[in-house]
Amino acid sequence: MGELFRRIHYLINKQRLDAELQSDMEFHREMAARAGQRNFGNTLRMREQAYEAWGWTWLDRVIQDLRYALRMFAKSPGFSAIAILTMALGIGATTAIFSLVDATLLHPLPYPRPEELVRIEDDLPGAGATDTGISIPEWNDLQRSGIFQYVVLKVFGSANLTGASQPSRMQYEGVSPAYFAMMGVKPELGHTFDPQDQTPGFTLDVVISDGLWKRAFGSDPHILGKSVRMDNDSYRVIGVMPAGFRDPGRTVDERNTEQWAAVGFSDNQARAADRSLRLPLETVGRLKPGLTLATAQSQVDALVASLRKQYPDAYPANSKWAVRLVPLKENVVGNVRQSLFLLLGAVALVLLIGCVNVANLLLARASARSREMAVRQALGAERKRLVRQLLTESLVLALLGGVAGLVILFCMRGFLQRLIPESLPRLNDLSINWSVMLFALAASIAAGVFFGLAPARQAGRLNLSNTLRVEGRGSKGSTDQTRIRRVLVVTEFALSLVLMVAAGLLLRSFWDLYKAPLGFNPQHVMSVQLWLPSPNDPKTDMYGTAAKESVFARELLRRSRMLPGVREAALGAEPSIPLQHDGNRSQLIVEGHPTLGKQPPLVERSEVTPEYFHLLEIPVLRGRLFNDGDDENAPLVAVINQAMARTYWPGEDPLGKRLMLGRGRSGVGLEARKTWITIVGVVADARTESLANASIPQIYLSLYQDTPKELAIFLRGDLNASAIPEEVRATVQSVNSELPVYGAKTLDDAVSASLEQRRFSMDIVAAFAITALLLAALGIYGVISYIVSERTREIGIRLALGAERGKILAMVLRQGLGLAMTGSALGLAGSVIVSHLMAGLLYGVTPADPFTFVGVTLVLTGIALVASYIPARRAMHVNPMIALRYE
Amino acid sequence: MPMDDRRNSLSPAGALPMLILRVLQFEPLHGYAIAQRIHLLSSEVLSVEEGFLYPTLQKLLRNGWVLAEWGVSETNRKVRFYRLTTQGKSQLKHELSSYGRITQAIQEVLRTA
Repeated sequence: MGELFRRIHYLINKQRLDAELQSDMEFHREMAARAGQRNFGNTLRMREQAYEAWGWTWLDRVIQDLRYALRMFAKSPGFSAIAILTMALGIGATTAIFSLVDATLLHPLPYPRPEELVRIEDDLPGAGATDTGISIPEWNDLQRSGIFQYVVLKVFGSANLTGASQPSRMQYEGVSPAYFAMMGVKPELGHTFDPQDQTPGFTLDVVISDGLWKRAFGSDPHILGKSVRMDNDSYRVIGVMPAGFRDPGRTVDERNTEQWAAVGFSDNQARAADRSLRLPLETVGRLKPGLTLATAQSQVDALVASLRKQYPDAYPANSKWAVRLVPLKENVVGNVRQSLFLLLGAVALVLLIGCVNVANLLLARASARSREMAVRQALGAERKRLVRQLLTESLVLALLGGVAGLVILFCMRGFLQRLIPESLPRLNDLSINWSVMLFALAASIAAGVFFGLAPARQAGRLNLSNTLRVEGRGSKGSTDQTRIRRVLVVTEFALSLVLMVAAGLLLRSFWDLYKAPLGFNPQHVMSVQLWLPSPNDPKTDMYGTAAKESVFARELLRRSRMLPGVREAALGAEPSIPLQHDGNRSQLIVEGHPTLGKQPPLVERSEVTPEYFHLLEIPVLRGRLFNDGDDENAPLVAVINQAMARTYWPGEDPLGKRLMLGRGRSGVGLEARKTWITIVGVVADARTESLANASIPQIYLSLYQDTPKELAIFLRGDLNASAIPEEVRATVQSVNSELPVYGAKTLDDAVSASLEQRRFSMDIVAAFAITALLLAALGIYGVISYIVSERTREIGIRLALGAERGKILAMVLRQGLGLAMTGSALGLAGSVIVSHLMAGLLYGVTPADPFTFVGVTLVLTGIALVASYIPARRAMHVNPMIALRYE
Repeated sequence: MPMDDRRNSLSPAGALPMLILRVLQFEPLHGYAIAQRIHLLSSEVLSVEEGFLYPTLQKLLRNGWVLAEWGVSETNRKVRFYRLTTQGKSQLKHELSSYGRITQAIQEVLRTA
């Protein structure tokens, strides 16, 4: 340690210490001369050796190499500019994608110790239901279990916000008071909810986001204590969260929440004691520090087992109640992994191709400098030293490119952020943080080493005498070089092919998906959601029976039809909303096909009014829809889609067949009666569950025969999209003023949003593919030009001896074609592998789609021919007189 | 003579660091004086090349075994004196003992073989 300090001290004071040494030696020489001794030795060499003793010679060499490299670049600005720009693009793009991966996959949750945050889901696998919501007594059990620091309930709602500068539509997250303590983020103004607060129902305090504070309250510094009116109730703002804090919800809307209200969920005494009443809430917890997910899960399993034993009535054995812990980041990361890795792979290919191009450029320059290298070696430079110097040049090039790329990225980050679709779940903004910069550095160094190797190796293998004697044509050095350059270009070509095939496949997938017949018509349709309460005591439930709910439903429909612009209205349970993410699957038991102890199959189920099908333009194929005769007292009826008919009654007529359904999502409803349901109609398949899959079996029950609590109103007509949410809310609340109304959207938007993520991937990969294509074309052009210039003499001789110019052209073109063919062969092999890896992202095309493969190969070959043509023409017009004299 | 780190304390070149440290044991000396003293004490058998002395001194400085201080020579000229540090003292002890061991071992072989 002390030695290091001494060495650094020496480095800093080098000049002074060297001067002191010199004075020492001066003195020594004087004294020696006085004593008549022989001459002093070589002072300079002594000083050099003294300097070497301090061990800093390597630093000197590095600095020397750096300065030499920079001088070289300054001498050929054109070359340097192209090389640095290529690197900047490659490294910049790669770093951009990496920062996206970083914000989305690596650090998706911007909270302290995010690995402790989990989602708690209740499953009833025996009834085929997952994520069925939690009951209050269970919530208390979990809180007391000692497994979690906090367990918080969340419910998402929307309301009108007045009392701000402008009334606005607000989405809020109702949370139990421990929410902010659990998230661990402090407010930037005021304070948040007190975790000990036990007030039942909605308290009067809200916490708002920084965005809302700026937008609706103009960053009012006296915001605290200001009251806002939500749905005509007066609330008080007690805190403002810092910018960048976001709710880790499952949907985009939830993640954009700007307001949090505290809810004491155990407001209703009866509800608080009913173990089997499951509320449609999300449960999130923070594990005790140091607890792994697996350990926590096993502790939860033990708790569940003991509770099941303690309360056998609430947890019937055959429903197999279980509680599952899922890391909270799954809310955000979801299923984007594959897309992101595809993007990362694509951009890595682009970087690779860029590196190959720069390697080609450097090789071209190396051959021009081979004389210089030979002279230096002849004068005594070590080969190793020269190689090191060339590598330094490459590294400097790469690092300059990397820095330039980072700067470009930094300037463009606002623009890039806007490009990313909303549906790519992301809580963080894209930022250039340390890990991103480290990545850029690593990529630059890797790139520098990669394309520096070729010219460095060249310099190391120079045959000195040959090179010094004549800058010979056809000398071994240049043949070597040509070979390397050919290899590089073939690689470049192959990589470009792979990228273009990937882009082509994605393009076709997207196009097919986009064009796929939806089976329903989303145009001019809006859906608005509402939620009926589920009190514990059925006697107090206004909508406890199908009859009571039917009255409400019919009245609601009647009033909805009177809204301006509305031509048709229908009601459905929440799963009937097209392309909403949460489906609802129930177990199916078909009459006559007992399942014999195996797990019964699951089907998508929802409840709708008969107008639903006509409104969405889903044609009825057989039988009938629900009518007035199908009420609470009549036998249960259902309408199925064709996919279900094909799957469970192949070759038969499903009309009149009977089935039974297991528990639905809300846990209340039909199954309590365990009755047979008769099929009365078959409708066409519609892609209401997923755009990619048309054949999902679906069953629709009549809303008037059941009591679903989460509903949606569908409206078709010339709708004013901004006015409708308010109008529907007024309508619903005119029937019952306490019902929350939220989630208004147009179905067109829902369809576009579904496609958004694919479109984003496709856009980016296509952009990369085009870049790759251009680079590959440049590469081929470069190599063929080089070959032509190498062979100018030979071509001159041929022409002088009478060869036809056309033949020369053909010869050069053949060279280019040869390279392209080899590249294509390699590229096709690579494409097959890559497309199989990508199979999960494709739709409507097989991974080995011959159309795409052949098409792309033809395009690339065409480009190669064009790129070869230009130098070929030059070859054709060589003047033999000049060529023969050409050295 | 090339500067390398092989501790070959048998050759005079390899022993030079040890000799310098020893010579500095009782008083600080400037470079010329160090060379002179080694020359005289060895009955003029060993003459230290300047080309070797100064780089070696640098090495001793780097390792912290000696310190360089300004002083005035006998001829009234400002010059740097090299002085042994505590680390240098312990290094000297260490080198002396290992040198002693090696020479003894060699002598035994020569005597008995």
